[in-house]
Amino acid sequence: MARGKTSWRKWRRVPPLILFAFLVLHEARAQGGEIRIAAAADLKFAMAELSEEFEKQTRTKVNVTYGSSGNFFSQIQNGAPFDLFFSADIEYPRQLEAAGLAEPGALYEYAIGRIVIWTPPDGKVDVTGQGWKALLDASVKKIAIANPEHAPYGRAAVAALQKAGIYEQVKPKLVYGENISQAAQFVQSGNAQAGIVALSLAVSPAMRGGHRWGIPAEMHPALEQGTVVLKDAKNKDAALAFLDFVKNATGRATLVKCGFEVPEKNKGEKK
Amino acid sequence: MGKPRENAEKGRRMEALWLSLKLAACVAAILLAIGMPVAYWLAYSSWRGRFLLESIVALPLVLPPTVLGFYALVAMGPRGPLGKLWIALFGHGLAFTFGGLILASVLYSFPFAVQPLIASFEAVDRRLLDASEVLGAGAFRTFWQVILPLSLPGVVTASVLSFAHTLGEFGVVLMVGGNLAGVTRTVSIDIYDHVQSLEYGAANRMAVVLLVISFAVLSVVYAVNRRVWTPWAAK
Repeated sequence: MARGKTSWRKWRRVPPLILFAFLVLHEARAQGGEIRIAAAADLKFAMAELSEEFEKQTRTKVNVTYGSSGNFFSQIQNGAPFDLFFSADIEYPRQLEAAGLAEPGALYEYAIGRIVIWTPPDGKVDVTGQGWKALLDASVKKIAIANPEHAPYGRAAVAALQKAGIYEQVKPKLVYGENISQAAQFVQSGNAQAGIVALSLAVSPAMRGGHRWGIPAEMHPALEQGTVVLKDAKNKDAALAFLDFVKNATGRATLVKCGFEVPEKNKGEKK
Repeated sequence: MGKPRENAEKGRRMEALWLSLKLAACVAAILLAIGMPVAYWLAYSSWRGRFLLESIVALPLVLPPTVLGFYALVAMGPRGPLGKLWIALFGHGLAFTFGGLILASVLYSFPFAVQPLIASFEAVDRRLLDASEVLGAGAFRTFWQVILPLSLPGVVTASVLSFAHTLGEFGVVLMVGGNLAGVTRTVSIDIYDHVQSLEYGAANRMAVVLLVISFAVLSVVYAVNRRVWTPWAAK
């Protein structure tokens, strides 16, 4: 019994030490600065490049969470601890600003999303030369799009199909991804033979090898993507610095390289 | 909200609910049919490696739906073994179909059917089995006339739990379903859609229905177990 006690005593300093070590490490990290970003699923690759570059320049750690804009919107309304919100639809940040949950005047339209029809590299149909006709091909049994009920890319896809006059024809073939990333995954895995996905995903490493056909921008309402710095941001200065970084020439070039269009009005932004 | 829209929402709700009930019933029936032989073997086998199979059966309990959903999606695709076979047989893939959902749900709910069956098979008094054998009954007859009647509460638990678990399934359906009305848009997916569209009222109407059904179903399990199982366990 007594022996048991002494051997226990030997260890009793360990838990506080571990706790202390954690606190020290945590403080050290916090001093370097850290921002948390909620980003729409279509930004997966663009945001990875942007944050890597930003981390290199400023030594601020960037934590990005990807998801659907609508989901983030309701999470932020319920107090999710993000500093910045990059939405696929500018409507959400606009509403956050109206509700007083965003830093006034920081609302910014950072990009315009483009959509493409994408077919897998080993598929029977190559969309490149055919455009809309590819979707009517008999070998295309399923066409993946994002859910038009709540995903902006899904709404754009449906609008474009209607404009092309083939919506009723292809409707029985449509399957719906929870967000644009899942729609891409449905077709990339071969379960759907074609998909209408974000250009930003079609140029990503996993999908670059497939065939794509750009849907003309005027065939659907513009996918205006907006961002805000949130009112409760823990690290507001760093968040604003990141926003500046996205606005400047390098940031814009990265967005373009990753499949976005930059709004005309932003092109005059400072270098 | 206008009347037509209200009706449309109601129609959609009923469609999703009906689909979920249909899926859950099919899965429960299939699991009972597959689960019984598997549970029988696991309960009475004296093979030393039995624990390995038991671990495999229990895997879906600990694996996240994302893992099952991911493997299911890849396996069902044209490059997966299952997808290849299915396309050769029926000319279309398994993903985004009711059959695909059944398959994924059977995997996902497997332990919920098999584990109660094993427990109740194992609880049957071995002397009764010996007596049955001595009296000349074969293994099959012993199963039907001795083991099964004595394991009825376990059978009820197994079917009710696999039914309820399938009804509440979300992640796997989300990953392989494709959200098709009347085919793969189950109650849980419909609720998620409503929440995503910030239609909390509609989400709530649906969620309450699921809550009530789930409670009712679980009450059945516990009622059966209380009344029938306790006296046996005491024996």
